[in-house]
Amino acid sequence: MLVWSRSGRALVWALFALVFAPLVLAPLAILGIAAFAGDWNSVLPASWTSENIREATAGTNYDSLVVSIETALGASLIAIVVGTWAAIAARGAPRFVRRLTDAVFHLPVAVPSVVVGLGMLVAFSDGPILLNGTKWIVIAAHAVLVVTFAYSTVSAGLDRTDAAFAEVAASLGASPARVLLRVRLPMLLPSITAAASLAIALSMGEVGATIMVYPAEWRTLPVSIFTLTDRGKVLLGSAVTVVLLVATLVVLMVVGLLKGRVEERRRRR
Amino acid sequence: MTAPAIERTASAVASAAPTESAIGIQDLTVRYGSVTALEGLTLEVARGETVALLGPSGSGKSTALKAVAGFLRPAEGRITLAGRDVTYEPPNKRGIGVVVQNYALFPHMRVADNVAFGLRARRVPRAEVGRRVTEALDMVGMAGYARRYPRELSGGQQQRVAIARALAIRPPVLLLDEPLSALDATLRADLLGELQRLRGELPDVAIMYVTHDQTEALALADRIAVMRDARLVDLDATDRLYRRPPSEFTASFLGAANLLDARVLADCTAGDDAVRVAVGGLTVAADPTGAFAEGTRALLVARPHTLGVAEVDRADTLPARLVATQWRGADYRLTCVLEGDVEREIRIDVTDLAAVPALGERLGVALPAEPCVLVPAGAGG
Repeated sequence: MLVWSRSGRALVWALFALVFAPLVLAPLAILGIAAFAGDWNSVLPASWTSENIREATAGTNYDSLVVSIETALGASLIAIVVGTWAAIAARGAPRFVRRLTDAVFHLPVAVPSVVVGLGMLVAFSDGPILLNGTKWIVIAAHAVLVVTFAYSTVSAGLDRTDAAFAEVAASLGASPARVLLRVRLPMLLPSITAAASLAIALSMGEVGATIMVYPAEWRTLPVSIFTLTDRGKVLLGSAVTVVLLVATLVVLMVVGLLKGRVEERRRRR
Repeated sequence: MTAPAIERTASAVASAAPTESAIGIQDLTVRYGSVTALEGLTLEVARGETVALLGPSGSGKSTALKAVAGFLRPAEGRITLAGRDVTYEPPNKRGIGVVVQNYALFPHMRVADNVAFGLRARRVPRAEVGRRVTEALDMVGMAGYARRYPRELSGGQQQRVAIARALAIRPPVLLLDEPLSALDATLRADLLGELQRLRGELPDVAIMYVTHDQTEALALADRIAVMRDARLVDLDATDRLYRRPPSEFTASFLGAANLLDARVLADCTAGDDAVRVAVGGLTVAADPTGAFAEGTRALLVARPHTLGVAEVDRADTLPARLVATQWRGADYRLTCVLEGDVEREIRIDVTDLAAVPALGERLGVALPAEPCVLVPAGAGG
């Protein structure tokens, strides 16, 4: 919608600010303030300290940060590989197989994350694959939860790509593997990196399923935050949250830089 | 008339076809679920020959090309390349050059890498790859663009690169799927000339050219296969198909001929000259393309440029009313409605408006002096 008059535009911006500020900005700002508050009992904090941030980046909290990043990278990698594979394979499959694949890969977001967590717990606590009590059950649960986004982002990328590229590549004598590695995947790179960013961001913040499955030595940062606030340590919890926010942004920036590097190298070849 | 030219083309095709078939298609049927996209196509393309598949959209022409390329799995039938059965072979084993409408240049590769793609896939030695890329780009006049990316080129340039990429692997068979359709009119004409030149430089390559544009088919093809509703309608040497179209559909699709209702006045078969037919109130000579019994309804094929305009009461003309005049630069296209039992609209091309009356006035339509071709009055047109 185009708004032409100056006052009309001002009104639209004001409305936007009215919705955006309390819903998005205010909670973030208050978190930022709380992270540096020494003691906060009235409108503004009574004293300031960097102690919370120091504690949030040391000891068990530091371990949790590393666990969170490792989990996010591992789960996202699995989700990207599986999701991309499924999206590409479904493209060439009969229609009902494609429909079924669509449904299966959308299931993890359709059901509550607690259900996914409980499902993993029941499935992998006994029998042929025993993951319960190891970090792998956390990574597996995260991979299941974010695979939907990898699958649907890559599927959307495939929808925008003409089948003619792969066909022409094959007609030029390229084997299916060569077509995949040299034509299809490079053309999907923007979708794949977008999917990776989304998967990492979601995994870094996941708490519902993680709480069901995490072993004592593999506690992610969101679980730590939950535990801290549960015990009433809101200010330290806020500081850990700020650390989580910054860490997520840094990881996403690194992914963005890597993508840029790949494209740059390709350009210089 | 250019009858000798017709004979020559026909005999050249006839002598090449049985010995050196480059593409052989037998009873090819392709289905998408319950929809039949191509039904029972049989067609041979000889080494060095260009065959155009011409038809409106949905006629099955692109489907036929995709099946030959190996992009589609046929439901029935057989495809051979130089006598080798490739019906169920994957596209990368067929060794065919393919050029598609939207170029399909790999956007993440430079022009040179696009052209080298097929050579690298075939493990051609590195030094030779460079030489052959230059050679292929030279052929299409794009040698100066090797370091560019496809997005930095115009549509016409991209299509030239796509042609170079297909030719770099030196395929015995080249498939072109509406290669000029995405270009504007001027570029289309330029590139058509370029394709004609390339045809001359590649005397041994068999070309299958899919198009809905009769100009491209007439300019490039030795033979034209006219397709409609998933089937082959007519197949013949380009000259002969244009001059003696055997069916109503081919007559109107190839050259936008007028079809005049006629009644056959004596039994005749193909090759009889000057059979008498009644058209409106006139009795004229016609050239039958098949057998007609006396009294049959048939259609007289008259190209717009062969008809003339005369005074309305002249005895040897058909009375009509002028409904539209369109100036087309080189000539004028008149649209008239014939008077009589059936109000059929016809088109006449004239270079001079001196003898043409005003819009809405009556005029006489003069039939050509040569006997017009007579085709059966089929279903639809």
